[in-house]
Amino acid sequence: MTELAIETIGLAKTFGATRAVDGVDLQVRRGRIHGFLGPNGAGKTTTIRMLATLLRPDAGSAQVFGHDVVREADEVRSRISLTGQFASLDEDLTGIENLVLLSRLLGYSRPAARNRAEELLAAFGLTDAATRQVKKYSGGMRRRIDIAASIVVTPELIFLDEPTTGLDPRSRNQVWDIVRALVAGGTTVLLTTQYLDEADQLAEQISVIDNGRVIAEGTPGELKASVGSGALLVRVQRPEQRPAARGLLERVLAVPVRDEADPAALTATVDDPGPVARALTELDRAGIGLAQFSLGQPSLDEVFLALTGHAATSSDDAEPADLQESSR
Amino acid sequence: MTATDARQQAPSPRQPLEQISGEALQSVLLAGARPPRPGPLSVSATFGWRAMLRIKHVPEQLFDVTAFPVLMTLMFTYLFGGALAGSVDRYVQFFLPGILVQTVVMITMYTGVALNTDITKGVFDRIKSLPIWRPSALVGALLGDVVRFTIASAIVILLGLALGFRPDGGVLGVLAGVALLLVFSFSLGWLWTLLGLVLRTPNSVMNTSMMALFPLTFASNIYVDPETMPGWLQAVVDVNPVAHLVTAIRGLMEGNGDMGDILLVLVESAVLVAVFGTLTMRRYNRRA
Repeated sequence: MTELAIETIGLAKTFGATRAVDGVDLQVRRGRIHGFLGPNGAGKTTTIRMLATLLRPDAGSAQVFGHDVVREADEVRSRISLTGQFASLDEDLTGIENLVLLSRLLGYSRPAARNRAEELLAAFGLTDAATRQVKKYSGGMRRRIDIAASIVVTPELIFLDEPTTGLDPRSRNQVWDIVRALVAGGTTVLLTTQYLDEADQLAEQISVIDNGRVIAEGTPGELKASVGSGALLVRVQRPEQRPAARGLLERVLAVPVRDEADPAALTATVDDPGPVARALTELDRAGIGLAQFSLGQPSLDEVFLALTGHAATSSDDAEPADLQESSR
Repeated sequence: MTATDARQQAPSPRQPLEQISGEALQSVLLAGARPPRPGPLSVSATFGWRAMLRIKHVPEQLFDVTAFPVLMTLMFTYLFGGALAGSVDRYVQFFLPGILVQTVVMITMYTGVALNTDITKGVFDRIKSLPIWRPSALVGALLGDVVRFTIASAIVILLGLALGFRPDGGVLGVLAGVALLLVFSFSLGWLWTLLGLVLRTPNSVMNTSMMALFPLTFASNIYVDPETMPGWLQAVVDVNPVAHLVTAIRGLMEGNGDMGDILLVLVESAVLVAVFGTLTMRRYNRRA
């Protein structure tokens, strides 16, 4: 039995003149939550559609549990499940009808399908909504029925697409609990998200994709370390002193210092925390009063910015806009 | 459904969420062992059941099936019956098998529209990622449509009987005619599934289907005897499969069904499935 749930080598897909996926090498270990991070249009969706046998790769290869996604598509299909924008439910049908339908398609007998649907609805706290049309579900209920539909038969690999986008904190925690329960049961999770917070919370391993290529890989900790040991934030008391403070910090720390939107704030990524103390003394000696001074681990947002040169939330809309439908 | 309906039915955000227990989750995950893989027939039937559920939840789609044939039959019979055949009564004998074909052939196009809607909404991706017999979703949808076609046929025939349609072929002749119509419509459905897969929006599927269907149904022997048409148009009618279908059904309903006519329709149906079924499945399997 192979250790890897997903292995791709040089996976590529071109739409017209756009190389949506441009040689992706990905290794996802069995039984893990693997974060797949990138802005809209980075190639996340296209990669996953190829892994899920919905799209044929133009070049390279992809294997899911050792089965080729093109030649052994059926073997792959019997091991995976899709959620979110990758695979929708029939919104005109009720929750229970959707689950019975999927159970029947997956081989349950009529009574067994009914039982399975009821069992899933109960476990996901949706019993009261069973006979309501899915289009009338709230955002949080929608995510839960989505995931319930994906585990009618417990998959070996589940593609979770932005499972908590647009959810309130409480529903978000519920979804996170569900994801953790899945993994505890042995399922491998490939989690695509733009929420770095989410990847940070859940994923043991992260691949960052941009412009169709994997540009960084590692644990959340490794990724943070790779862009410097810390994020320095300085706020001066008098905004007019900011340029002077920036010049001084750049000289002492020998790294670029960025102006923030806040007219008094400056940030920098420092590799070596050593000179930071010296910078603090120098600022004081130059008569620049500080309102705030902090050195912390960089957030994944900062990691993303450092890796790609643009923020994680920026969008070039290469993926269809209608996939970003509102969640409620 | 309007937005207001949705708001009234959805629970208010302040209402406490139902508790999800980790234990219950673990137990449903453990219970999720894969049953034996279902056969092609069972899966197709399940998709047919889905089509029935959709009729239950979106009854508007039956409006086309019911209102359209009633309107067309009444309009043509009373507006043009006198002019075309001397009397309403005589015209309805000629016209009813024709309008039956027109009605059902026209509503076949909703097969493509429904398929395209599934694709646009992402429902199709879930279906395609399941380990099931590949054509089952399409076969099931077309089987569901046969139910809609049967309803429409029943409406047109009952209305015809009320208007004075008295077929010499009797009950058997009429049923045989409807059966032939269902076979042809199921086969023609594969043309629309192909369009449903190729075109981008449900609307463009609808428009393209209309453009194909209008000439097919009007340049035929549905409304008038082609002998009154110019020669070039008669030539068109002669090769129009819809006209062949009307001829065969008229024969069956009048009690003098011609084996050659029927066979021609069956061959044309087989060709439709062979050509458009194959193209549909090829497109289905490699769709981006």
